[in-house]
Amino acid sequence: MRYVEEFRDPQAAKALLSKIEKVTAEIGATKEKPIHIMEICGGHTHAIFRYGLDRLTPEGIEFIHGPGCPVCVLPMSRVDECVQIAEKDNVIFTTFGDAMRVPGTRKSLLQAKADGADIRMVYSPLDALELARRNPDKEVVFFGLGFETTTPSTALSIQQAAREGLPNFSVFCNHITVPEPIKVLLDDPYMVLDGFVGPGHVSMVIGIHPYDFIAQDYGKPIVVAGFEPLDLLQSVLMVLEQIRDGRAEVENQYARIVPEHGNPVSIAAMADVYQRRPSFEWRGLGEIDSSGLRIRDQYKAFDAEEKFGIGYAAGQRSVQEPDGCECGAVMTGRIKPTACPKFGNGCTPEMPLGALMVSSEGACAAYWQYGGRRAVEAAE
Amino acid sequence: MNKMLRDERVTLSHGGGGKAMRDLIQSVFTDVFEPESSEDQARLMSDALLEKGAKLAFTTDSYVVTPVEFPGGDIGKIAVCGTVNDLAVGGAKPLWLSAAFIIEEGTEIALLRRIVASMKAEADKAGVKIVTGDTKVVGRGSADQVFITSSGVGVIPADRDIRADSIQDGDVAIVNGVLGDHGATILAARGDMMLMSDLQSDCAALGHLMEAVCHAVPVRACRDATRGGIASSLNEMAEAAGLSIELDETTLPLRAEVKGTCEILGLDPLYLANEGTLVLFVAPEHADAALAAMRSVDTGRDAAIIGRAKAGTPMVTMKTAFGGSRIVDMLVGEQLPRIC
Repeated sequence: MRYVEEFRDPQAAKALLSKIEKVTAEIGATKEKPIHIMEICGGHTHAIFRYGLDRLTPEGIEFIHGPGCPVCVLPMSRVDECVQIAEKDNVIFTTFGDAMRVPGTRKSLLQAKADGADIRMVYSPLDALELARRNPDKEVVFFGLGFETTTPSTALSIQQAAREGLPNFSVFCNHITVPEPIKVLLDDPYMVLDGFVGPGHVSMVIGIHPYDFIAQDYGKPIVVAGFEPLDLLQSVLMVLEQIRDGRAEVENQYARIVPEHGNPVSIAAMADVYQRRPSFEWRGLGEIDSSGLRIRDQYKAFDAEEKFGIGYAAGQRSVQEPDGCECGAVMTGRIKPTACPKFGNGCTPEMPLGALMVSSEGACAAYWQYGGRRAVEAAE
Repeated sequence: MNKMLRDERVTLSHGGGGKAMRDLIQSVFTDVFEPESSEDQARLMSDALLEKGAKLAFTTDSYVVTPVEFPGGDIGKIAVCGTVNDLAVGGAKPLWLSAAFIIEEGTEIALLRRIVASMKAEADKAGVKIVTGDTKVVGRGSADQVFITSSGVGVIPADRDIRADSIQDGDVAIVNGVLGDHGATILAARGDMMLMSDLQSDCAALGHLMEAVCHAVPVRACRDATRGGIASSLNEMAEAAGLSIELDETTLPLRAEVKGTCEILGLDPLYLANEGTLVLFVAPEHADAALAAMRSVDTGRDAAIIGRAKAGTPMVTMKTAFGGSRIVDMLVGEQLPRIC
């Protein structure tokens, strides 16, 4: 497979790993006193485990798995509202596949589908638009979910629906943004992070400058990274070199995809369609100021919150997380997934209790899938 | 073609027990399958049963697939291959099949004829007879065009005992061909992803292949890797054997199109369904002979060693091409494409 395997070349990996070892030693990081690097994005978490990077890198480096998994951080109350909409007569509810299994307080979308709701998996909001065109007597709702990677395509579908005057199409908007939760993590008094690996696909849209505050205000290095194993190793090396040299900068490892200032067309579409909510709830982290997007009044005909009278009341809606669930502590880097008392003991991918076990990109699910039984045994 | 049946689509009257039903059964099914007995039960005899210590093998499976026709096969071909393979991987020589059809009102009779023709062709190729069957017609929406249940009977020779719990430390795992073609083909054929490819389902009966290997070497264990892919079969085998199984990613036979489809959708080819793929274990000294025997049969041309059994915690691990190692666990529920 061209353009993929080049970025998985074991020889190139060896060369990078030996440089990583050298710089880790120069910094003086050890297993007892490690450097903590957070990969923000769930896609990176998944890749780290899939390629065994956590075991290939020196013990002096510890990966902390960040909140960048949109399915994981979706609050249960919003899943309940999805089910509520989907179970209305005459509604076709459309969603990305991996949101199907997220547990709500009553049921997941997968269970609602089994109970008779018309819920369909789509691969793009454009598929939902097409469904709306073909089913003029049905209300077609698209579950808008994800970070700046998926936010523009939802915006474009709303603009298109407005142009076509499609009255039966709407979006249940749960789009969230990456930079705000990082600020929350950096303000956490228990914070142990020494540097960040930033999500490349998000920066493809927003560019690298929204992360300037990490370097300038908090003095931490961040490297925007691609998703192949060599991308990740090179990015880790770049973070380590910054730490060794006492620098704190925003660097771009993924320059083959990420323009410094992002994608102006996407940014314009997002500005046209969305405005920031005062705050939005993140599962495991709580309410975070300015971290969620809602659809502007100009497009309210396509806003499922308006159409179905749901709205969003910040602060009054938190559903209690299950007892003993330590997702918040895992996400802030205070504990490893295996240190959670519920890991493998009442919380597994089959029956997820907490946010991070829900999607394959969640830290706990990745630990379980690629090292689950071994991790539990090691803990015992 | 039989003149009695003029209808273009199946109606509820074809399930009513009367003349319309008789015409459908005769014209579409029995004229093609030609069962020997006109009684309600097949009456069976085979010389293989006369051998002292020979065992009967009996299996059943239901088949539902959307779309019912896809590149490389259809639901009828799968119904024959799947049941033949369930017998074959146990070392049985497959002999007889049943075929029961649940047909949705409104299904095109021409479609049924195509499905039945492909069942007949596949059964002939596999050397089995479809000896008994049934049809039911259900209202629109109660089924999706056609569902098929087929049971199969075969005979296991006295000297064969193929079972997962007999795998030994050091045994070699061999697959007969490329992985994931069926799963990737079905994903593309559903058409809701606008993926174009020349992929074909690997759907094939593996009776002849198993006979060839079993004549060449003692086969310790064998499973076909259908739903849940090769990963699920290997996990079941590791558990039964109480051994760990270590795969080598660089040796996995995968087509570029399958790898590409998985990259785009965030899927893992180890979990994609197959309909003509088996994995078997032999002692290391028999590996070359087993490979040669498999490669002598059409369905084993791309046979390859993919890993080894080792003493250790019962689980499947894989040495990645990248130089790391990871656990290949059982799939949870269904593989769902990722958001981004």
